[in-house]
Amino acid sequence: MKLLAMRSQFFTFVWKEFLHVMRDRKTLLMLFGLPISQIILFGFALTNEIKNSRLLISDFAKDAASQQLIGKFEAGSQFIVLEQQANPEDIEAAFKAGDIDLAVIIPSGFYNDLLHLNHAQVQILTDASNPNTASTVSGYAASIIAGYNAELAADSMLPYPVNAEVRMIYNPEMKSAVNFVPGIIALILLLICILMTSVSIVKEKESGTMEVLLVSPFNPFLVIISKAIPYLLLSIINLSVILLLSVYTLGLPIHGSITLLYLISIIFIVASLSLGLIISNLTSTQQTAMLVALLGLLVPSMLFIGFMFPIENMPVPLQLFSNIVPAKWYYIIIKSIMVKGLGLSAILKETAILAGMTVVLLGINFSIFKTRLS
Amino acid sequence: MRVLLFLLQKEFKQIFRDKGILVIIFVAPLIQLLVLPLAADYEIKNLNLTVVDHDKSDYSRRLISKIAATDYFKITGSPADYSTAFKDIESGLSDLILEIPQGLANNLVRENSQSLFIAADAINGVKAGLGTGYLNQIIAEFNAELAEEQNPASGIKPFPVIEAVNSNRFNPLMNYNYFMVPGLLALLITIVGSVLSTLNIVREKELGTIEQINVTPIRKYQFILGKLIPFWIIGMLIFTAGLFGVGYLVYGIPISGGSGVLFAYTAVYLIAMLGFGFLISTYSETQQQATSVAFFFLMIFVLMSGLFTPIESMPGWAYVITQLNPVTWFVEVMRMIVLKGSAFVDIKKHFFVTIGFALLFNSWAVINYKKIS
Repeated sequence: MKLLAMRSQFFTFVWKEFLHVMRDRKTLLMLFGLPISQIILFGFALTNEIKNSRLLISDFAKDAASQQLIGKFEAGSQFIVLEQQANPEDIEAAFKAGDIDLAVIIPSGFYNDLLHLNHAQVQILTDASNPNTASTVSGYAASIIAGYNAELAADSMLPYPVNAEVRMIYNPEMKSAVNFVPGIIALILLLICILMTSVSIVKEKESGTMEVLLVSPFNPFLVIISKAIPYLLLSIINLSVILLLSVYTLGLPIHGSITLLYLISIIFIVASLSLGLIISNLTSTQQTAMLVALLGLLVPSMLFIGFMFPIENMPVPLQLFSNIVPAKWYYIIIKSIMVKGLGLSAILKETAILAGMTVVLLGINFSIFKTRLS
Repeated sequence: MRVLLFLLQKEFKQIFRDKGILVIIFVAPLIQLLVLPLAADYEIKNLNLTVVDHDKSDYSRRLISKIAATDYFKITGSPADYSTAFKDIESGLSDLILEIPQGLANNLVRENSQSLFIAADAINGVKAGLGTGYLNQIIAEFNAELAEEQNPASGIKPFPVIEAVNSNRFNPLMNYNYFMVPGLLALLITIVGSVLSTLNIVREKELGTIEQINVTPIRKYQFILGKLIPFWIIGMLIFTAGLFGVGYLVYGIPISGGSGVLFAYTAVYLIAMLGFGFLISTYSETQQQATSVAFFFLMIFVLMSGLFTPIESMPGWAYVITQLNPVTWFVEVMRMIVLKGSAFVDIKKHFFVTIGFALLFNSWAVINYKKIS
């Protein structure tokens, strides 16, 4: 009888929280609108591929070989070629004004050198004030030149003995959505969950209604759980919408088991909601909670998921730190399920870590939740 | 004027009263500025390569040691067959597989040609593309060596080779911090500015204290200035600390251009972002609403700014969004003035666009802000 009463009490509380959430239409609109619009926006827009770099070719040779090489640069979608005999000062000025990203200088006598010495040089200048772009773009330029070299070698009488057949696994068209969409899913789920729960408890503290809850005979721990349940349901709906959009709009099919994907996603959602609740438990005003979430978590969570910058490039302490970021493990898991089509046995370690973190985060919540007002 | 001074006094008192908030406002951005640049290195290097060598001849070993000698690859394993190697790709331990078939040496002597097999994990297409490109370059060099050995007399290279000489302007050592520190500072200033003004005003709304101000003869503009000036000062302080304290002292990044221009630009930019936060708060009734709207826009501002991913390769409509994003302009100005030493003429356009943002956000907010609720 007592248990039954507790159950109905619990549902009443969950229902109360639901009403709270549903009543604030503007927030509700954001909670659904944010994931939908952002998954589409970022899914299409974010890429680490660099197309249409503005390339200035300063051709002092103007001979057959230099024209051929310029043709190679013009052929792909990587460069927008601007041909102009520019001296170093002009190039410097163009870099400073931000008009070009890359310059290639072909010295005079280019064809002659190639013909007689079998060796010629071109100079590649990059705007390394953005080193990420610069290294990728100069890599592109180097591989175009390498391709031209291979053609020259094939044309010459000597054989070109060792060659390589290349196969691109998982993503033969090399679409950047395959890399970015799983990362964006992890990022959006994480942030929306934190956004929802980080104010939930502190809001009641601030408005004084928490006191009312605490003096009631209701088990205080159920207060936390009943707060999280509506958001858990909202997040599952969001997850479904996000997955539908990424399959049908962004063209990223789910190769592995959808059930497995859902189960692990729910674990991740619970972890993210708990993180938000911890913030809410530890702060005394909504303003502080929001500052922690926006100022403290927004940018770091983008970087430590590992979908934009490779974690193996980070210094060791930061690599170690990334291990305690739940979203990093979730990103590895969804990539394995969605793109690689792997089963649970292949991601057992990652799933165990994620589940362990979720338990710890929930445990922290229960241990710091104050049942008395200070 | 006197009214404004009293309002400023009130705001400063409120800010300094809550020590917790003060710590978050100042410490969180600076710590992130200190740590995060180290986490944002995109260079494709240390690719993990698994080699399946069926040949085990002098030739194959020479090729492998040639690959291992470069900075690009780290040979993580050399299993006996392809399916074992593929497991490494599945688990993410390896990025590429190079398979050398049996009889490399024999085939080279007899048929003068031999195919190798490369498989790349192409989930990250750029990584895969550049990785296989590097491998192909090494193989081409290997070929040149073989050809030279066959025909050692001349001393001239056996077939024409174009050598590319790379030089990286403005940041010759390709130091990633040089790019990330100024860019991240721009992001953090954006977040601080807009979040502070968003939360502060809507908080007064939610607590009801705004009513008390509304019934006084305080004018709209006085109230708004009273709110914005303290946050503007805080923003400029964080910017100064970030630029000189973290950027110059810790990372050793000098400002190549005029710092006067940079500060003038930042001053205008902060007004724009404070106005943006103010605008959000005029449309929200609760802090939760305001925060979710701020979250929405800040995520777009951050990710569509060209700091983390290139904006030139975005589709046309997305590129338009990046141009409507104030952060895009700020990141570019930081890069131009701090790293390239650009002058006012180079960033004139950015300056006017940002003044436009400041006027738009603030006047929109003032029009939308009503003294009656």
